[in-house]
Amino acid sequence: MIGIALINQANINPSTREAIMLSVLGMGIVFGVLLMIIVVIKLISLLSGAINGKEPAAVPAAAPVVSRISEGMIPAAGSSGDIALYDTSDEDAALVMAIVADELKAPLNELRFISIREKR
Amino acid sequence: MDILLIFRRLVDDSGLLGLFTHWQSVVMIAIACLLLYLAIVKEFEPLLLLGIAFGMLLANLPGSGLMHNEFYQTTPIDYNRVLHDGGLLDILYLGVKLGVYPCLIFLGIGAMTDFGPMLARPSSMLLGAAAQLGIYGAFLLARATGMFNGPEAAAISIIGGADGPTAIYSATRLAPHLLGPIAVAAYSYMALIPLIQPPIMRVLTTKKERQIVMKQARTVSRTEKIIFPIAVTIFCSLLLPSVAPLIGCLMLGNLFRECGVVERLSETAQNALINIVTIFLSVTVGATSVGYLAGPDGVTNIGFLSAKTGGIIVLGLLAFGIATVGGVLFGKLMCLVTRGKVNPLIGSAGVSAVPMAARVSQDVGNKYNPRNYLLMHAMGPNVAGVIGSAIAAGFMLAVFA
Repeated sequence: MIGIALINQANINPSTREAIMLSVLGMGIVFGVLLMIIVVIKLISLLSGAINGKEPAAVPAAAPVVSRISEGMIPAAGSSGDIALYDTSDEDAALVMAIVADELKAPLNELRFISIREKR
Repeated sequence: MDILLIFRRLVDDSGLLGLFTHWQSVVMIAIACLLLYLAIVKEFEPLLLLGIAFGMLLANLPGSGLMHNEFYQTTPIDYNRVLHDGGLLDILYLGVKLGVYPCLIFLGIGAMTDFGPMLARPSSMLLGAAAQLGIYGAFLLARATGMFNGPEAAAISIIGGADGPTAIYSATRLAPHLLGPIAVAAYSYMALIPLIQPPIMRVLTTKKERQIVMKQARTVSRTEKIIFPIAVTIFCSLLLPSVAPLIGCLMLGNLFRECGVVERLSETAQNALINIVTIFLSVTVGATSVGYLAGPDGVTNIGFLSAKTGGIIVLGLLAFGIATVGGVLFGKLMCLVTRGKVNPLIGSAGVSAVPMAARVSQDVGNKYNPRNYLLMHAMGPNVAGVIGSAIAAGFMLAVFA
């Protein structure tokens, strides 16, 4: 109701006091709506969890690249876990990871890649 | 055949005489050339600035007849006249005037945006909200100058959201006569974000805070990504109906992307459609920036070269600065509350310039800790900023439109 009253009062030339009140109200509304969206996201997450079971990620697990390293081979020091590939060949994945490492100027074995998916 | 008469008519019809009659056109052509230089050589938001600059150039060539800004000075607008007597840009400008292009751009942006980082860390949305301080700070400053009335100040303030389509959408409804300067300021400063934000980020944070490494966020399921745009559309549109066109299109584009059953539509929205609309939008918005503007009664009206344009340029810069301050300070608060788990640098990404603001967070963080990768953490507040600025604009529209 306060907001409606304020909006009704806001003429084409709001005074400094009205402008300040509008700004405070505006910031409050932005925070309020985004807070409510956070609640919505939490509910979606719960709903999604219920739909998909306990596993949060709905994507099917793909054969990880690192695990494909043949037995007897030692992974590079600091290798950061497995990677899931979707519609991506090993060669393409290697290329993508090398480019990312080069762009970030970081050693490849210090980066963690979660998954690579071909965009169509 | 009177050769002299023909020659005289050719001279009269040419735009050269117009250059001598209206000096403002010469200045505007120079400004357009400067913006073309910035777009092509300095690569300042070239995708938009190039079109804006060329539209400005076309509209300020006397006698070209491509754009008649005076058609849009009347209330109500005589659309019959626009369609009957209008030039190419007049017709294309209808998409801006009727708020079609900004919404279609949002459709494309939605199709290109991954809300995953935001869904993985919903609290990052608060940083997107805090950065909207730039909008309200600019609104107060604009009113304080006494140069702008309420709707004008509201339209200018949206520059602080660092969201071009939203700024254009709001300006067409709140202060259409200021559309040109607002669009130029918004896109110019968006291009300057890597220069504007880092000094503010460094001043407001300690070295220790800048070095904070954030934990990897959880994986977001496809179901969540599909439900999110639907839920947000219903929720935001019911709460703030004035924002429904922007949020609706943003979320429709995102649904195209995430649902996985309309690959062709998603592809079109994020490539062909957004590119075509960007051409129309940029050229016609640029064409509204004319130095000399004949009013409906034939009397010269205020054009681009006015004190108001200068005010908008200054306020736009301040708005970006205040937005960055708001985001970073809230980031510090979150850092404090979470006992050092949030790097305050991601707060600056709350301004919606996607993904440039997130890249700035990444670059600054990476500079102080080469093994720190803040990009994905900063994408959360960055995309939240898009929603936040649309909500802030919706509020301004609800109050002043």
